[in-house]
Amino acid sequence: MTFRERTTRGEALRSWRGDVEADYLYTTGVAGERFFTELRDTGQMAAARCDACDVAYFPPRLYCEDCMAPTPDWIPVEGPATVEEVTILHLDERGNRLAVPEVWAILRWTGIHGGLVHRVAVPPARAKPGLTVRPVLRPAAERVGNITDILHFAP
Amino acid sequence: MTAKVAKWPGTELSAKEFYEKVTSVRFRPEAKFAWSAGEAMSRFLAELKEGRLIARTCRKCKRVLFPPRMFCEECFRPTDAWTVVRDTGTIETYSISYIDLDAKRIEEPVYVGVVSVDGASPKMGIMHYFGEVTPETIRIGMRVKAVWRPPEEREGSVLDIRYWRPLREGEK
Amino acid sequence: MRKVACIGAGMTLFRRRLQETPKELCWEASRMALDAAGLTIDDIDAVVFGSAPDAFDGIHMKGENVLDGCGGRRKPYVRVFTGGGTGVFSPIAAYWHVASGMFDCVLVVNEEKMSSCQPHAQSVFGHIWDPILDRPLKPNLVWIFAMEMNRYMTVHKVRYEDVAAVAVKNKRNAVGHPCAQLADPNITVEDVMNSEMMAWPVRRLDISPPSDGASALVIASEDFVKKHKVESPVWFSGVGWNIDTTWWTDRDLYFPEYLANAARMAYKQARIDRPRKQIDFAEPYDPFDYKELHHMEGLLLCGKGEAPTLTREGVTQRDGDLPTCPSGGLLGVGNPIAATMGIKVGELYWQLSGQAGKRQIPREIRTGVTNAWGDLMQFSSVVVMRA
Repeated sequence: MTFRERTTRGEALRSWRGDVEADYLYTTGVAGERFFTELRDTGQMAAARCDACDVAYFPPRLYCEDCMAPTPDWIPVEGPATVEEVTILHLDERGNRLAVPEVWAILRWTGIHGGLVHRVAVPPARAKPGLTVRPVLRPAAERVGNITDILHFAP
Repeated sequence: MTAKVAKWPGTELSAKEFYEKVTSVRFRPEAKFAWSAGEAMSRFLAELKEGRLIARTCRKCKRVLFPPRMFCEECFRPTDAWTVVRDTGTIETYSISYIDLDAKRIEEPVYVGVVSVDGASPKMGIMHYFGEVTPETIRIGMRVKAVWRPPEEREGSVLDIRYWRPLREGEK
Repeated sequence: MRKVACIGAGMTLFRRRLQETPKELCWEASRMALDAAGLTIDDIDAVVFGSAPDAFDGIHMKGENVLDGCGGRRKPYVRVFTGGGTGVFSPIAAYWHVASGMFDCVLVVNEEKMSSCQPHAQSVFGHIWDPILDRPLKPNLVWIFAMEMNRYMTVHKVRYEDVAAVAVKNKRNAVGHPCAQLADPNITVEDVMNSEMMAWPVRRLDISPPSDGASALVIASEDFVKKHKVESPVWFSGVGWNIDTTWWTDRDLYFPEYLANAARMAYKQARIDRPRKQIDFAEPYDPFDYKELHHMEGLLLCGKGEAPTLTREGVTQRDGDLPTCPSGGLLGVGNPIAATMGIKVGELYWQLSGQAGKRQIPREIRTGVTNAWGDLMQFSSVVVMRA
């Protein structure tokens, strides 16, 4: 069973152009507010502990994903991160070629469940799993309470 | 519930706190589309450019389907033929809008509603603007006629009709 | 099919703007429902999540985004979506999970964060329209409510005062709801009739507000209820759902046929053949005041055109013969779309288990019905519950 007529000349078929516009403002949330104001004001990062499950979640959240208990006790996340995996970007998010390829990595900390995806400031040739890096923050006056308050990670 | 719960969860923010105080991220997705009009609507738009309204017939339920479609949603079979319908109709319902699509207030209200089209099966119609009416004269059941843009201004769009106006003395 | 009950419920405040992320809202409601049922997340076999379009929260695939807040991690998990019908539809999906025998205890969580959408959720509502037939006319979603309201009022010669009276009833009822956004003990019909005209005949106070919020229910089998010695289970007696064509301009909007079909489906299962007599109270979906009337008739609780009379005569007041929207409804408590589950199915649960506090209907009640409504005036879900 199919339509009784079918247009075969492509130019006779029309399309209608338009967009699906919207603007968004996402609050960082209750846990996010605590994490990002701390990052903005002191440059410190933290993880949320669930003692019952012996897990430290990073980025920190309001609750434990396993037992659903609240996780108000946070511990500092200090020390270097280890690069777990890298990718070298040659195109930006719109598909335009980047002048300089960028190194992005999944970063993990010892004893912490989770991690971050962030930029690593090394030449692509040096970007390898196992590399240890530390966060490089923007100057305090430029920080706004956003993940980009961390400029990038570097050895 | 209810007696046991001391504090109901949720942290209320005022508009000022929301926009200026709490940490947040702004984002604008830019999603652009070219929706395929498909078999029926491509012809519908082409006919609008010619100053005509077109429908499809279903032989089984004997309906004249408007807007046109390549399959009958009642009988679940392909529709059979094209047929031109008239550009006169009846107001089935309407509204007088004082807000635009972003919910901002507009000075001159817009008259909009559903017009069932003569020649199509009963109640089949489209949404469109009404013009040359006032809040006192517009009513459900009013007989109306399409006011077309001049041929050189038509693009193959529902806006090739400017609005629908009340039928005048002597018009049918 | 197995007997299925609701054994616990939770919800957050409904407000224009809440700070919590969607996940955090889900967690707050889930935790509350679990605590109310005396359970932990380990007792939950599967999770159902319901939410209206991703475009409100602004997170694509939002069901997947929030799942850890719903306790869904590493569990069977599914997101269901029927637009504004989701508030009553996701409990139906949870019902399927248990009635089928596949799971014994299911958590259903609904959430919405409309504040993320800038400048106003209205802008995104616009994408529901057909891009070729409707969007070139630059429509505001309020138009369709206005057109439906006009058709309903014209066909039945309804006076605007009787419609406005619904907004007054519900906003006053909402004073008894701890989560209410727009409760007002003093609001009058004059206030509604004098409020700002949006799209004639709809005025500002005829409309429920956009809100942020979440709600959750724990749904369990009869075996589970017996095993855990649950004290006040409230049973699903009938479920129904139905949808009409997207060619909405081909339909006469004065009566929701799809809702009547969904109601008949639910009533058949519940063995109800005289709804007005056999149902004690109702929570019809009330995003606009006229919708309560439209839905009362669609739920076959009265004849076509009769709902305004019942309202005028006080029958639908909390102390009337057919209390309608004793929760305060969307008009009084708020409208975070899918999360309205908490004031629809949630309210049936709280009323029928005697836990509705200040809102408790002051006589014995055994059976309640609720519906939700969604998409482009197309879809309805219906649930009948019994104590």
